[in-house]
Amino acid sequence: MLRGILMRLSQAVPVLLIFSVMVFMLMHLLPGDPALAIAGPDATPEAVQAIRQQLGLDRPLPIQLLEWFAHIAVGNFGESITLKQSVVSAVVERLPVTLSLSLVSLIVTLPIGIGLGVVAAYWRNSWIDAFVMVLALLGVSLPGFWVGILSVLYFSVQLGWFPPSGYVPLTEGGFWPWFASLIQPAIVLALFQIGFLARITRSAMLDVLDQDFIRTARAKGVDEWTTIAKHAFRNTLIPVVTVLGITLSLLVGGSVVIEQVFALPGIGRLIVQGILNRDYPLVQGTMLLFGFAFVLINILVDIIYTFVDPRVRYG
Amino acid sequence: MAPPLLEVDDLTVRFRTDAGWMTAVDRVSLAVGEGEALGIVGESGSGKSVTALSILRLHAAATTRMPTGKITYGGRDLLTLPTREMRQIRGGEIAMIFQDPMSSLNPVLTIADQIGESLRLHQGVDQATARKRAIELLELVRIPDAARRVDEYPHRLSGGMRQRVMIAIAIACRPKLLIADEPTTALDVTIQAQILDLLRDLQRELGMSVILITHDMGVIAEFARRVMVMYAGRVVEVAPVGQMFRSPVHPYTEGLLSAIPKLDVDVRRLPTIAGSIPDPTAVIPGCRYSPRCPLVQEACRRDSPALLPAGPEREARCPPRVAMITPSKETVA
Amino acid sequence: MAESAATILASGEAIAARRRFRVLRKLLHHRSFMVGFIIVLLMVIAALCAPLTGVDPNAMRVRMRFRPPQETWWFGTDQFGRDLFTRVLYGAQLSLWIGLSVAVLSGVVGAAIGVLSAQYRKLDSLLMRIMDALMAAPAILLAIGLGAALGPQTHSVIIALAVAYIPRTARIVRASALVTRELEFIEAARVSGASNMRIMFKHLLPNATGPLLVQSTFVFAYAILAEAALSFLGIGPPPPAPSWGNIIAEGRQFAVQAWWIMLFPGFAISLAALGMNLLGDGLRDVLDPRLKVES
Repeated sequence: MLRGILMRLSQAVPVLLIFSVMVFMLMHLLPGDPALAIAGPDATPEAVQAIRQQLGLDRPLPIQLLEWFAHIAVGNFGESITLKQSVVSAVVERLPVTLSLSLVSLIVTLPIGIGLGVVAAYWRNSWIDAFVMVLALLGVSLPGFWVGILSVLYFSVQLGWFPPSGYVPLTEGGFWPWFASLIQPAIVLALFQIGFLARITRSAMLDVLDQDFIRTARAKGVDEWTTIAKHAFRNTLIPVVTVLGITLSLLVGGSVVIEQVFALPGIGRLIVQGILNRDYPLVQGTMLLFGFAFVLINILVDIIYTFVDPRVRYG
Repeated sequence: MAPPLLEVDDLTVRFRTDAGWMTAVDRVSLAVGEGEALGIVGESGSGKSVTALSILRLHAAATTRMPTGKITYGGRDLLTLPTREMRQIRGGEIAMIFQDPMSSLNPVLTIADQIGESLRLHQGVDQATARKRAIELLELVRIPDAARRVDEYPHRLSGGMRQRVMIAIAIACRPKLLIADEPTTALDVTIQAQILDLLRDLQRELGMSVILITHDMGVIAEFARRVMVMYAGRVVEVAPVGQMFRSPVHPYTEGLLSAIPKLDVDVRRLPTIAGSIPDPTAVIPGCRYSPRCPLVQEACRRDSPALLPAGPEREARCPPRVAMITPSKETVA
Repeated sequence: MAESAATILASGEAIAARRRFRVLRKLLHHRSFMVGFIIVLLMVIAALCAPLTGVDPNAMRVRMRFRPPQETWWFGTDQFGRDLFTRVLYGAQLSLWIGLSVAVLSGVVGAAIGVLSAQYRKLDSLLMRIMDALMAAPAILLAIGLGAALGPQTHSVIIALAVAYIPRTARIVRASALVTRELEFIEAARVSGASNMRIMFKHLLPNATGPLLVQSTFVFAYAILAEAALSFLGIGPPPPAPSWGNIIAEGRQFAVQAWWIMLFPGFAISLAALGMNLLGDGLRDVLDPRLKVES
């Protein structure tokens, strides 16, 4: 087990290296002089020069890359120009918001997405199946930010059920205000993933229900409920867990947009503001942290996988 | 004479396919006595497996119309039995093993769990007892090191071992009837013989009736007392096994027998039956075997033949041949 | 001799033609494919007909601001008095163009990378690590970063989204090509002296077209949604370009008094994505029944 995890970690090293180089290159994709782009069109030559020096843009490219790696190695992900603080501390400040949103959204997504898929597969080709699949299709087709705005108009402005925007930290208002500030964006964010998971779970379940061992269970006299819940469901989870990484990736990607709609001060908003303010070091550093986080998350998913599928557990 | 353990009357099963409805099993009747071993033989697509699955109502519900006819077991008709009672029969009184042991066991459950499930379900024993009984059953089906194997997952076992586990699951609750659907087809030849030996010994020890379904005449010869030959959804011949091998009545049975390799005769090429099994959705007037039959007559292509008595315990669906054996019958009919 | 070779070739072509015909017939009988096809077809026609409204999508009419939907203004007018119906139609041109470009670009590059990795084992680990790296961050985030670096223009959105979706396409094509490579006729082709190029283009690639087409259709749908999201965040084609995401972003602050501004482009995005998803579902069922996970 431990050896497997170490193996997996060592495989992640080259991926992280390549990803770091890509993020480094991002700033050099900017048309023309990056320092000029960052300083903006109205900046004085002195200001441009200051930025150039601050970011080390006056040195040769290979040296800059080496420095970039040296900084990452000691956990220095750069300094934000506009916020006057390190990227790491800026991200850490906003992390609770994004984590809370993602967590609540995931808690909404998993049971509903998987549940709908199972229900559709069990009653395959019935009106229930058709209804659930139309819902799932809408989930993966409606733009989240638009649904979010409409939802605010109706549930917050019209009905006044939820605050229209903003975030209340757990430490300040306690559980309910925190939850109330998150539940609406979390549900809107979950719609896409619910649709995605329901579609995958349905086809995985249909595959499993066609398997011989389901017939074996029935031949033993196992009732329908146990056949589904015990024999089919555990096997359905195997392909579902493999897309868990993608689901999380979709979720966090979606939260970048949803944070914007609900004015939640999370990491997504940090990135977008960084882009609008041409604060490229901030954007780079944040993306780098995201990439590192997801490489670790995917390793975690692989470990979960070994618990679901005994064939992998023993190697 | 005591009534048979299981009696199937006029069983008809229809499937929905892309090309429309097809009749997979056409008015099949059979009977199995207590402790008897009945063989059902036929090519793939002859309807033998569907017949077996229908007895336990395990046919694919989505594409199959409810079978018609009558399946009598213990004085009750299994086709109209409420689902709850049907579940008590499945695995409890009638058990089944399948062709492919690689896919018939659940990959995420341990052997102990899969054997124990039957016991917990039908005999209400607790988890610990179920596990202990599972070990005994594994020993009974001759799996070495049973105490250790019982906690493993199926992927750790070979195909032959898995089929033994399937047999252990099937006999866990001492069923009166075991239906074995091509139990050795997916296995190596040496393993086939071992599994067949095991099944025969278990049948004798436990006094079960067995319906063995196969396309392999050799397996039938070793195992069954009585044989039923199926072709294109219909029964074409029923006979005690020795008589069938000595003097087959139906030309199809004859064809099947001549296709068995014989050790004492040197042949370059095994004779084969000309043509292939008909498209199940195709409508063949008259005898369904007539397009392939070497002895076909004019009437065969026109009239659908009936299953006629052809001696004690014997029946065949070939009027010309039956007439040759029992000329007196012909005049009566 | 030459004649018989020609006959064989001709019969081979006939078989291929019959197979194509069968696939076509199955598609025509597939409900979700046909619904998706009609939706997409209508959207393409609507997009092409945009100039027929005879209205400039960017013409401002101060006295016509915030007109609700009515006879002259089917979708109403926005805060500058621009006709929303015309803008949504031109938005369709932009969105479908971006979607198509992203699907084609990521399809072509992804297929090339996939086939190359399957054919050249040495290249494989390098290419796949690069693909892993591209997949390290969520796709939309990668597109945001790239789009920002390339500047707010239509072509940077196309490049950014294409790059974000290349790795998934490459993996799917590679998986299919790896299976094909093990088939006997490839071995036969190799023995009879077929070059690597020939094996890749004549065998590996054609056998991956099913999954590739299915994946590209889903990428089309994702790209429409992602483009709208990027525009909404201000990283898409710059205003006053009538991108659907732009219209929603601009109309958002007036959502309470002029709900129609953001309502109709949202419907348009949903309909376009829905159509492509239905199309993809149908293609998957017919071309590639084993491909269950669209990722």
